[in-house]
Amino acid sequence: MFLFGNRKNLLKERDGARAPSPIYTGGSNFKIAGKNAGDFIFENFTRFFAFFLLIIVIVMVYEMYTKSIPSIHKFGWAFIKNSKWDPVQDEFGALPYIFGTLFSSFIALVIAFPLSIGIAIFLSEYAPKWLEQPVSLLVELLAAIPSIVYGLFGIFVMTPWLRENVEPYLGDHLGFLPMFKGAPYGFGMLAAGLILTLMVLPIIASISRDVMKAIPGTIREAAFALGATKWEMIKVVLSSAKSGILGATLLGLGRAVGETMAVTMVIGNRAEISFSLFNPGHTMASVLANEFTEATSDIYVSSLIEIALLLFVMTVILNAIARFIVWRVTNKFSVVN
Amino acid sequence: MKNKKGLLFLCLMMVMSSAINAQMKLNGAGATFPYVIYSKWFDVYHQKTGIEFNYQSIGSGGGIKQVIEGTVDFGASDAPMSDDQLKQAKEKQGSDIIHIPTVMGAVVLTYNIPGVGAGLKLTPEVLSDIYLGNIMQWNDSKITSINQGMNFPNKAIIVAHRSDGSGTSNIFTGYLSKVSGTWKSKVGQGTSVNWPVGLGGKGNEGVAGLVKQSVGAIGYVELAYAVQNKMPYASLKNKAGNFIEPTFDAVSSAASGFIKNMPDDFRVEITNAEGKNSYPISGFTWLLISKNMKDKEKAKAIVNFLKWAETDGQKYTKDLYYAPLPKEVVKLVEKKISTIAVK
Repeated sequence: MFLFGNRKNLLKERDGARAPSPIYTGGSNFKIAGKNAGDFIFENFTRFFAFFLLIIVIVMVYEMYTKSIPSIHKFGWAFIKNSKWDPVQDEFGALPYIFGTLFSSFIALVIAFPLSIGIAIFLSEYAPKWLEQPVSLLVELLAAIPSIVYGLFGIFVMTPWLRENVEPYLGDHLGFLPMFKGAPYGFGMLAAGLILTLMVLPIIASISRDVMKAIPGTIREAAFALGATKWEMIKVVLSSAKSGILGATLLGLGRAVGETMAVTMVIGNRAEISFSLFNPGHTMASVLANEFTEATSDIYVSSLIEIALLLFVMTVILNAIARFIVWRVTNKFSVVN
Repeated sequence: MKNKKGLLFLCLMMVMSSAINAQMKLNGAGATFPYVIYSKWFDVYHQKTGIEFNYQSIGSGGGIKQVIEGTVDFGASDAPMSDDQLKQAKEKQGSDIIHIPTVMGAVVLTYNIPGVGAGLKLTPEVLSDIYLGNIMQWNDSKITSINQGMNFPNKAIIVAHRSDGSGTSNIFTGYLSKVSGTWKSKVGQGTSVNWPVGLGGKGNEGVAGLVKQSVGAIGYVELAYAVQNKMPYASLKNKAGNFIEPTFDAVSSAASGFIKNMPDDFRVEITNAEGKNSYPISGFTWLLISKNMKDKEKAKAIVNFLKWAETDGQKYTKDLYYAPLPKEVVKLVEKKISTIAVK
């Protein structure tokens, strides 16, 4: 009765007709700004939290910006164009870190995306119930493993394997490609990319699976009714789920870009730009974790904070691009939706 | 009646003073390297006197920053404060900061060369050439000529260094800057530097991991870490021309070797020290104390603690893999401690 009456009241309010309801008599008589007091408080309470989030972001950007002013002032655009990072001479250029972050995340996505989609398709369309649930659980469990554990796995299991088996093989057979040139250290871009793949995979796979499971069964039935094969039906489901899958990929990319510990442990930490997967590299998050505590001069600290600011800006840009893609894709396939 | 009152008063005073003592808490922050011995000291000293210490091992750089800001009662660092930092501290705190050496450590070179067990010998020239990338193979004649009777494989040298900013890197690069002009002009000294070659590992464990994992690798770690993990380490040719294995005595000997040139404020890197038994990459770690603390009770407590640490405290060093300060240095340090204002 209470709920029902309230809802009715709300509906009326939304319509603009605020005549007292003849049925509704209960509830509070207190009104603030013409609204039910409880509603008013609740609305502003939630509004406060929404704005609080906004304020946190603004304060963060402001703090990072003001703290990085000395570095911005001193180096200007050269900061993102230069590749020399020399704390002794107080000369800082962030290009190798930017490159390393983008390159390692790119490797991770290239490998993780098809694998995750495969997992998601199998789990949502093919797997029998007794198999689907435990496997889904395991996939989600992977996402909950702390990154330091991935890092240790990287150091003790993956890098020796890469150095002994994978990299020599790739070097022998595909060594003519610039991607596979150089000495096999084990530690390097490839190791970082693979460890990121492992970390990103469960995120993309489990969200994609959820999205695909949310596609109504009627769409599948309709596809079958039109004489589609199972594969064609899956294509229909995939195109309906496209925006959700892209969103999942975006979340995965976010993790790859910001991942610090595991990457630092296997990437070799060398500020160098090289397209070879065997060579060591460095990322923006890694350099922050590595050097912030012992940064000695003011300009050094300022440069590190500018890297944090750049990382933030980069995340925003990547997000914007992904949103744009999602928006275009959703428009294109809105017929199916 | 009068007597009774006096007794009561005395009792009250005693309770109060013990309460003050029990409540006294000294806050410190800084270097990670001496954390193990400091915790031991603080624990033993707490049981003895009731004074509590709260030490956060946030890194030398952080320790120095907190000392300048005056947010801690004492700081700790593996690298001495620069003149500029001392000036800043003086401006902000209105008091000089003094450096008190507490224990010593060393940086050793650990390696993973197939067919070569313990006992690799290195000269300063060879070491700097390896870290500059001039010597790239283990069977280079410059290496084989100083290691007669050892069989070096035709393997590439994989250089490992710290990727995180650290006092260990600072001592190591400081040593290389002292012994190699090329290193000094090309790379220089710092907690992080622009390494000409090599892979970076985070922390001692990161470098140790790189070395253990990679055949043909060489890397530098703290002596304590290498001893605890039973890693092989190289003997290094010192200033007197002897190849010295890093032992606690060889490290202490480096400080003795420097005694003639010991500056009054102890802000000195004792790398490449004189003395025929001195291990060349040794160093002090310091506590950073304000000479004129506002809270005189705390100043008194710190002075007493320092006196204890320099004498009785030194006996805990070797068990915890630190090198003790040699006696002649302790004498100088005690003189310095007495300059801290307690009144």
